[in-house]
Amino acid sequence: MERRAIFSAKVGFLFLAPALAFVAVFLLYPFVRVFLLSFTNQTLLGTTAPNPEWVGFDNYRRLFDFDRWMRLGEFGSALKITTQFVIGSALIGQVGLGLLIAWAFYRKKGVLREAVYTLVILAWIIPETVVAFTWVAFLDRDFGTLNALLDAVGLGRPDWLFKHPLESIILFNSWRGAAFSMLLFSSALETIPPSYIETAEVAGANAWQKFRDIFFPLLRGHILTDLILITLWTFNVFTPFLLTGGGPARRTELVSIYTYRTAFHGQHEFGKGGAIAVVMMLINFALALIYLSLIRRRRVHG
Amino acid sequence: MNRYRIRTTTSRALLLVFAFIMSAFFALPLLWLLTAPFSTQANLAVKIPETPSLANFEAVFRNKFAIRALFQNNLILGGGVMVLVASIATLASYGLSRTRVPGRDVLVYILILFSSVVSGTAAMVPLFLLIFNLGLIDTYLGVILVMTGGLLPSGIFIMRDFVDSIPRSYEEAALVAGASSFRMFRDVAFPLVRPGVMVVAIWAFVNAWGAFLIPSVLLRSPEHMPASIAFYSFYTEAGTPNLTLVSAYAFLYTIPVLLLYLIVNWRFGFRFFGGIKS
Repeated sequence: MERRAIFSAKVGFLFLAPALAFVAVFLLYPFVRVFLLSFTNQTLLGTTAPNPEWVGFDNYRRLFDFDRWMRLGEFGSALKITTQFVIGSALIGQVGLGLLIAWAFYRKKGVLREAVYTLVILAWIIPETVVAFTWVAFLDRDFGTLNALLDAVGLGRPDWLFKHPLESIILFNSWRGAAFSMLLFSSALETIPPSYIETAEVAGANAWQKFRDIFFPLLRGHILTDLILITLWTFNVFTPFLLTGGGPARRTELVSIYTYRTAFHGQHEFGKGGAIAVVMMLINFALALIYLSLIRRRRVHG
Repeated sequence: MNRYRIRTTTSRALLLVFAFIMSAFFALPLLWLLTAPFSTQANLAVKIPETPSLANFEAVFRNKFAIRALFQNNLILGGGVMVLVASIATLASYGLSRTRVPGRDVLVYILILFSSVVSGTAAMVPLFLLIFNLGLIDTYLGVILVMTGGLLPSGIFIMRDFVDSIPRSYEEAALVAGASSFRMFRDVAFPLVRPGVMVVAIWAFVNAWGAFLIPSVLLRSPEHMPASIAFYSFYTEAGTPNLTLVSAYAFLYTIPVLLLYLIVNWRFGFRFFGGIKS
């Protein structure tokens, strides 16, 4: 559909100006600033606070000190934990679960769908500090609901947050964020013409065949968009800090928590924090480009 | 058609089992929030109190610090972010929709991706210095500006579908009748996009209401802290939380979010409008 222009470019620009100002000051400027920052020894306190010195690649050398970087609490370890966290809670947890729920309730109405959707959305919108407390209660070894259920079927009482901290935050984050993917896929599914499905059903296609031959090709763009956003958000998410504080013994120290500890705790090393931020943003950009090229490939061949 | 009937019965049973498992997975971690606030001896167990009591809430209301965080500081932060995000996102998405901007959908898409890259703790490092240099550390304004900057791209993304879906004929008629662009926006277009403005406003408010990282980095004095951080006033000196009070405070803190969800769901249906295009 061709959009008719109602405004001249000049009036249109006036409408856009406040948003552009915010994007320039709070997105573009920090993005550029952090590169410069990463080559200095800026701290919050002490002599290097007012007069930071140019230290070249020192901060990066400290991050990629390969003798120690896979130790818990170091950068390599944080990257490895983050990768496991993103694969487990973003790709499998949130996107997988969201797609599964949206698909299960496709073309269904009624109490069942309303109940499940409401619960999934509540998990998403309740303040993060609150859900962190309820999950600490849920996972508690002695009193928690999860262990009460496991114990009842004879599976014992594992100490989730101490013995399986990474699995715990993966489960937590899947629970927390599945709503976005579910809502995105359920509104995407509505765009599929019902006649496609009916034709397939008349031809005797089973659920998996319908998914593979109708939903997946038509929703590929939506799936990739969802994958990009969820991957980037999960990469940057800070909420698990409220559940574990990065522990025990830094075993759940995601890169976001490692950055926080470096820049906003102890020595407040902004220079090193800036270097971590630069590496994180570059990884995020690389991931976004990979997904975008997958979307484009579909356009070329499709 | 016997085979068909068997298949529908099986799939209905499967759906029932699936719905049950999903409901359990998403509801069980929240149950504690419904029982603990009303028990005078709450621990981490989910247990319906034999004599439900409101004593915890009385104790919470005696904590002036936490109450001011919830009913004053959170409202200032939530309200400020809500007004800024809703108004700026509305203007921007309207401008984008009604002007010929080449590659506009791609631009908005890139903006969303960019804001997802420059976010979280990574972005907080340069943003802290920016706010520090502006002299806005420990002010609500600093927190409101940073949160608005982070939420705007998604706000524009949400608004865009609303603005695109309203017909242009009224606006064209108003312009033909001689109204200025801004008068036409105020009197003709704005009333039409108001449902979208409301959804974005509530979404921005809920985001600011629950925020933890940005205020904890940019605010310093205890009396400025929002509720997400005021939880620490229910900890003992040894650093263990007083669970009965924490749960009651968490309950109060969650109620506004629940109410806003119910309003949006009742008025508009809680869903994504138009579907997100790639």
